[in-house]
Amino acid sequence: MSISKLVSGVEEACSGVEDGMTLMLGGFGLCGIPENCIEQLVKLEVKDVTCISNNAGVDGFGLGKLLSGHQIRKMISSYVGENDEFERQMLSGELEVDLIPQGSLAERCRAGGAGIPAFYTPAGYGTEVAEGKEVREFDGKPHILESALTADFAFVKAWKGDAAGNLIFKATARNFNPMMAMAGKITIAEVEELVPLGELDPNEIHTPGIFVQRIFQGKSFEKRIEQRTVRPFNSPS
Amino acid sequence: MLDKNGIARRIAQEVRDGWYVNLGIGIPTLVANHIQEGMEVEFQSENGILGMGPFPIEGSEDADLINAGKQTITAMPGAVYFDSATSFAMIRGRHVQLTVLGAMEVSANGDIANWKIPGKMVKGMGGAMDLVASADNIVVAMMHTNRAGESKLLPTCSLPLTGVGCVKRVVTNLAVLDIKDGAFHLVERAPGVSVQEIIDATAGELVVPSDVPEMTL
Repeated sequence: MSISKLVSGVEEACSGVEDGMTLMLGGFGLCGIPENCIEQLVKLEVKDVTCISNNAGVDGFGLGKLLSGHQIRKMISSYVGENDEFERQMLSGELEVDLIPQGSLAERCRAGGAGIPAFYTPAGYGTEVAEGKEVREFDGKPHILESALTADFAFVKAWKGDAAGNLIFKATARNFNPMMAMAGKITIAEVEELVPLGELDPNEIHTPGIFVQRIFQGKSFEKRIEQRTVRPFNSPS
Repeated sequence: MLDKNGIARRIAQEVRDGWYVNLGIGIPTLVANHIQEGMEVEFQSENGILGMGPFPIEGSEDADLINAGKQTITAMPGAVYFDSATSFAMIRGRHVQLTVLGAMEVSANGDIANWKIPGKMVKGMGGAMDLVASADNIVVAMMHTNRAGESKLLPTCSLPLTGVGCVKRVVTNLAVLDIKDGAFHLVERAPGVSVQEIIDATAGELVVPSDVPEMTL
């Protein structure tokens, strides 16, 4: 008998989130973000949270919603370029920001979930990212020591999931979601399609349910597109 | 002198059959439009796709299918999606043969600065630091001078660095230059550009061979 992770909805899923906690949020830009949980975090009015997320949303959507309510004390991200409110809060000193290379961010989350406390990477050597970090040469090339990241809660968004917490992501909406699912003490998955147990092919599951503590059927996903780029009908590929 | 598409067309000549290629945002993205017909090349985008195709036909955009510039894209037959840790394993693990990216400054010892202007622009480095730290083959695509007319090829970078000693080749609107032994080495001139114009626009040490061929595009 599988262990059920199913909760009634976003309210139950997000219970226990408190001021000052560290939260991970999956997504790349606005692609694959946990829209339902972000909405709920706004409602809960949790304050002074540290958010670990590759990006910071845009003004008025995604993490931009938490920013406009001044709920975030610190952001740990790799790229935050699409958000005027973010820039304003950062320059005024209201918001603490830790910018880290994208590959290091992904691996730090993965390491956090995999029981590896730290690792060496060449990324950032000789830059301000390396300041205060141990440097060690391997095969004559300098590397810096990066530490693992974990979170009190990780919020991920998947395409399909079942009550056992198994997840399948769609296309590039996968991005940071699988590593963050691993790194959360409590990982909450909101899914577009909650399917009956046994319907997901075990060969094709991306995130095993062991990494997920709560799962629910998400509602009214907006799935906003940041840069709509198209070519006209009949154009050559 | 080349325009942005011309720079992309020249860089496309660097691509070899069977290569996996990561293209950065801006001019590098245009390189995909100029790959020689019949060549087997797959484009990697660090947000999690290998086998990236052109922009979608209007009306078929999918919010779940984007590139690292957050633009809607398509997937080629044989494409694959993966998570961000796997994506950077491809990059750090040197499974990607060519990285093309833009820059604000490049120095004569191969340092690159392209992520931050203190006090002005702090958007973050995204995947650029991982890309430049590991790739064997990094080509920078950029204009030779900035909007103020100042050289972007410098003795040392003035802006915060993205990586040190990593850039091997620079393709600008004026020239193709290799970086070795702490100097820029002029390889080709852009059509209609004189060696003197390139010397005047290059602030870092420039080695000019006796014969500098014009690019063939």
